[in-house]
Amino acid sequence: MSDLTRRTAAELSGLLASGEVSAVEVARAHLDRIAAVDGDVHAFLHTATESALADAAAVDAARAAGEQLPTLAGVPIAVKDVMTTQGQPTTAGSKMLEGWVPPYDATVVKNLRQARLVLLGKTNMDEFAMGSSTEHSAYGPTRNPWDLNRIPGGSGGGSAAALAAFEAPLATGTDTGGSIRQPASVTGTVGVKPTYGAVSRYGLIAMASSLDQAGPCARTVLDAALLHEVMAGHDPLDSTSLKDGYPDVVAAAREGARNGIAGLKIGVIRELHGGDGGYQAGVLARFDESLELLTKAGAEIVEVSCPSFTSALAAYYLIMPSEASSNLAKFDAMRYGLRVGPQGVEAPSAEQVMAATRAAGFGDEVKRRIILGTYALSSGYYDAYYGSAQKVRTLIQRDFAAAFAQADVLVSPTSPTTAFQLGAKLDDPLSMYLQDVATIPANLAGVPGMSLPSGLADEDGLPAGIQLLAPAQADDRLYRVGAALESLLNDGWGGSILDKAPKTLEATK
Amino acid sequence: MTTSLSQFAEVLDYDEALAKFDPVLGLEVHVELNTNTKMFCGCSTVFGAEPNTQVCPVCLGLPGALPVLNATGLESAIRIGLALNCSIAQWCRFARKNYFYPDMPKNFQTSQYDEPIAFDGYLDVELEDGETFRVQIERAHMEEDTGKSLHIGGSTGRIQGAEYSLVDYNRAGIPLIEIVTKPITGAGERAPEVARAYVAALRELLKALKVSDVKMEQGSMRCDVNASLRIRAQDQDAVKLGTRTETKNVNSLRSVERAVKYEISRQAAVLVDGGTITQETRHWHEDTGITTSGRPKSDADDYRYFPEPDLVPIAPDTAWVEELRGTLPEPPALRRRRLQGEWGFSDKEMRDLYNAGAVELVESTVAAGASPAAARKWWTGELARLANLAEKPLAEMPVTPAQIAQLQALVDGGKLTDTLARQALEGVLAGEGDPEQVVEKRGLVVVSDDGALGEAVDRAIEANPGIADKIRAGKVQAAGALIGAVMKEMRGKADAARVRELVIERLAPDTDA
Ligand SMILES: [Zn+2]
Repeated sequence: MSDLTRRTAAELSGLLASGEVSAVEVARAHLDRIAAVDGDVHAFLHTATESALADAAAVDAARAAGEQLPTLAGVPIAVKDVMTTQGQPTTAGSKMLEGWVPPYDATVVKNLRQARLVLLGKTNMDEFAMGSSTEHSAYGPTRNPWDLNRIPGGSGGGSAAALAAFEAPLATGTDTGGSIRQPASVTGTVGVKPTYGAVSRYGLIAMASSLDQAGPCARTVLDAALLHEVMAGHDPLDSTSLKDGYPDVVAAAREGARNGIAGLKIGVIRELHGGDGGYQAGVLARFDESLELLTKAGAEIVEVSCPSFTSALAAYYLIMPSEASSNLAKFDAMRYGLRVGPQGVEAPSAEQVMAATRAAGFGDEVKRRIILGTYALSSGYYDAYYGSAQKVRTLIQRDFAAAFAQADVLVSPTSPTTAFQLGAKLDDPLSMYLQDVATIPANLAGVPGMSLPSGLADEDGLPAGIQLLAPAQADDRLYRVGAALESLLNDGWGGSILDKAPKTLEATK
Repeated sequence: MTTSLSQFAEVLDYDEALAKFDPVLGLEVHVELNTNTKMFCGCSTVFGAEPNTQVCPVCLGLPGALPVLNATGLESAIRIGLALNCSIAQWCRFARKNYFYPDMPKNFQTSQYDEPIAFDGYLDVELEDGETFRVQIERAHMEEDTGKSLHIGGSTGRIQGAEYSLVDYNRAGIPLIEIVTKPITGAGERAPEVARAYVAALRELLKALKVSDVKMEQGSMRCDVNASLRIRAQDQDAVKLGTRTETKNVNSLRSVERAVKYEISRQAAVLVDGGTITQETRHWHEDTGITTSGRPKSDADDYRYFPEPDLVPIAPDTAWVEELRGTLPEPPALRRRRLQGEWGFSDKEMRDLYNAGAVELVESTVAAGASPAAARKWWTGELARLANLAEKPLAEMPVTPAQIAQLQALVDGGKLTDTLARQALEGVLAGEGDPEQVVEKRGLVVVSDDGALGEAVDRAIEANPGIADKIRAGKVQAAGALIGAVMKEMRGKADAARVRELVIERLAPDTDA
């Protein structure tokens, strides 16, 4: 079957279950695709060819032996390089961890293995998940399959690009301020940030502990739901892991696609709808059309106001670097990873080795955030910065609560723009930070969010995304609305939006 | 009084110091809990294992690893707080204390900062003369221990001059409780004694709670001594005062007392000379009994504390806290008073037992069947003497209360004389087994066989004709010398009572003494 890489995970699951294809065939098709196109895309930092084929063969053997297998058994997946994988390198996109092979699996990875997914390899990312373009990877940028001169979003650009380039049907991501949703938006894929605590953080190399959230990346809403189900669940190794409140997202996705969303109230967040947010006209046009489709499907659209959202970016850029400065302190050359001796020092002290290693091992963006965070937490400034930011966080939570009293689901464009050119914002960190203006409030409040394609912007023909937000532990609403909207949009496009992608990759071959 | 001039400049005579200044103390005691697993992971806490064999991704701080609070550690912390008459926080959190150090895997210590689990308590401590002094407790909070650096190649074991350093992370993540006093004032010249008595009382309390091994020499209980001097009202000459120093890791009761005394004398000398006390940490030197300057401590120390986002806040259920209150043991001071009554000891006898750390040993020995008087005699007599020689705490002597009770039973049963009993104890301490086994192995049985004893008595009479005549003349008291001679010949194995009877039989058959 030549088009195996074009199949959704749900379709592959069916083909594998019925025995029409073997897991080895599916794995080999994706590995071949990676070999063919990843030289251009650079979605992967590490491809686990041998272990992927072995895992796939084991699935086939189990199926042949009549074993009852999980739904996604034998379906390939790409794993963001921020998640520890036993026996496979994990670098978090940093020189600091070049060649480090963790002795343990992240809980998410353990869950994937238990569900018998086939791990294809590790995907590229901004160093320690800091960035919105994957240009901050120490191993070079990933390119957007829609236009190889453009960014794939960040920090999970590798995962999103792998999906859009048909190198993998599923991928994992982490979202601290939008790193799953914004890459999904600019690559025409689907990305979900679950409720904080719904997916274990154990084994995720931390950027900002109170904001980090792992979630599924896929090409369809149903696929995202299938993966979400595998990733989520209580983990005794993570103190902040939820003990209950895991709704059936797969059922919600099927329900949304089948029966629509009649009667649902959808709130448009005034503060994230144009205005001075630097929103691209084409992005807003596709967003407004999506609202019309939702109305036609029976949803009621209301406008809600979340005034504190205008301070979200500022609060985020105090809390995130504060926690990051502390989380990254462990990279000190003592136990693992890079070790650099200072130049011209014969018997360097531990402090000198630490300093030289950190100077050489961290990239500029990481250093920028460490310095920001160290400053914000220092005595005398704590109240003015970190303390105030936490107060804003409380206000944002209140705004969400008030908004969810008026609407079941909130919506906004995911990212203000489509994919920008590589290098365009590299020297302007503040404009890079603005990419996440719409996604950040969800992280500050811990509520779940989803991005799915809303169409192509007229100006550049590149994908735009719509963001759905739900109350904490009501992740199922995202899937219900998302699946409904997706099927309405697909009806309009006559198929998946990814089929509209210019054949950049084929042309380069 | 100090003699040489140079020394005189360094410390002031203690009494002179006290005449001018009023000491203010603050004691910070770190206690390692005896939980089976570490504070935030499942690693073993057994002391003395091969370096880096009791570690995992969490306590090594590997990328991605996360902490989970040890429930038993929290329970111990609350019980300690309750036993120290503290309030227990209804809601509190951990914080991160950020600083770089090679033996700290994450380069931050997960600790409690402004939200301790227990606060505002007190501990009544008994001084040598039986007086009680109340020490106010500021807080008791939870934290994790760090790893241990070993500096190899230098002569001192310190980092200076070492060729390289190794780090052992077995200790990293072991649960610690830090107990901090409020400033201790009003102790006057008894400040050193109060400090010692406080640490002793705390140790006794923690032992009774069974939450820690409280072994100061192994570091499972460590004391930092803060000391400063206030000028006495009538003396307006001295210039600067009130700056405190922190003497780190003072690791025995005696050292706590000596360190306080030394710091008072040292600071007084500086102040009297018109100098200023620098706010700093100081190192304690057990061998010389002095402290030396360490790292300057200033307000610039910035640990950038913030609430630990990887751990959910702690909100102990009130009913559970009350349940834990119900598990508290009888307060050690009350218990001692009760035991004193049961045993019929004098105040002094009981205080001596307490100061020797022998209350529990005597209690166990009595429980094993010995009389209180005999148990006390063993522990404060022969055993105290041997412990002193071995420079070991009494409790560390390799003999159990049950063995002492068995030894006493042998004496009571006439199977051992006091001399033989001491020899049997020597065998027990040397690891030769229980007293009965030692008696067997060493052949320490009392000789009461009349044949053998009679011959020895005859020889003694023959060798001491003068004494024999005295006894014949009615001076029965002189028999002691002959008994001694027989004992000597029999190397202590003779049944002294029977020897006495035999002597009398032979020399003064009509006396019934
Ligand atoms: Zn551990």
